[in-house]
Amino acid sequence: MTTAPKQRPKYYDLNLAHLPLPGLVSIFHRISGAILFVPVIPALLYLMQATLGSEAGWLHWKGVLSDPAVKLVLLAFVWLYVHHFFAGIRYLLLDVHVGVALEPARASAKLVFAAGALATLAIAWRIW
Amino acid sequence: MSGYSKNPVGAHYGLSAWLLQRLTAVVMAAYTVFLAALLLWCPPASWADWKGLFTGSFVRLATMLFILALLYHAWVGVRDIIMDYVKPTGLRLALQAVVGTALVFYVVWSVSILWGR
Repeated sequence: MTTAPKQRPKYYDLNLAHLPLPGLVSIFHRISGAILFVPVIPALLYLMQATLGSEAGWLHWKGVLSDPAVKLVLLAFVWLYVHHFFAGIRYLLLDVHVGVALEPARASAKLVFAAGALATLAIAWRIW
Repeated sequence: MSGYSKNPVGAHYGLSAWLLQRLTAVVMAAYTVFLAALLLWCPPASWADWKGLFTGSFVRLATMLFILALLYHAWVGVRDIIMDYVKPTGLRLALQAVVGTALVFYVVWSVSILWGR
């Protein structure tokens, strides 16, 4: 007679606040990637079509995008892109074995968040 | 035990997707820095400027290359996400089909935006 395997305790800590920094870089890389796929890609293609298609479209969207509230929303998407960008560069470096040890990996995770925030602020300053 | 033992999940397929995801990342990073610098330092003041920017053959081709890299990169990434979270095979295939169809549509749309009219 076979007995059922003994139930082992399961413990998944899914609270983002408990993740170490490299883990946060990772999950935000995934979340930002998903949001960049939908809705950012179709939105950008639509915007390109509308603004390149006619002068009326260009003027219309220039007006819409100069609204401060719209700029804030835009900046949120910029932050997603910039975070994905810097986190991606970190992964490319890890792939070639640069900064794999614990300490440099933690430091580069901090750097990714800092660079993402700074680049977003720089772009915010430029478009205001 | 079935006599058919071939593993349908070939390591080579996964490796090339992994590698291409990284190659496309490098292409996109280069284009991103280039276009961001261009747009932030000399923002197009008029529609003629804006249209002119994408009519130049270098920017037009670079943009198309960026979009193709982006769409392949997105395919690998979204497929990874679907494989991680969507377990029922039918639903997974359906979602992958929707994503794949959307990506092919985006390629055609991009060509029509950049070369059409």
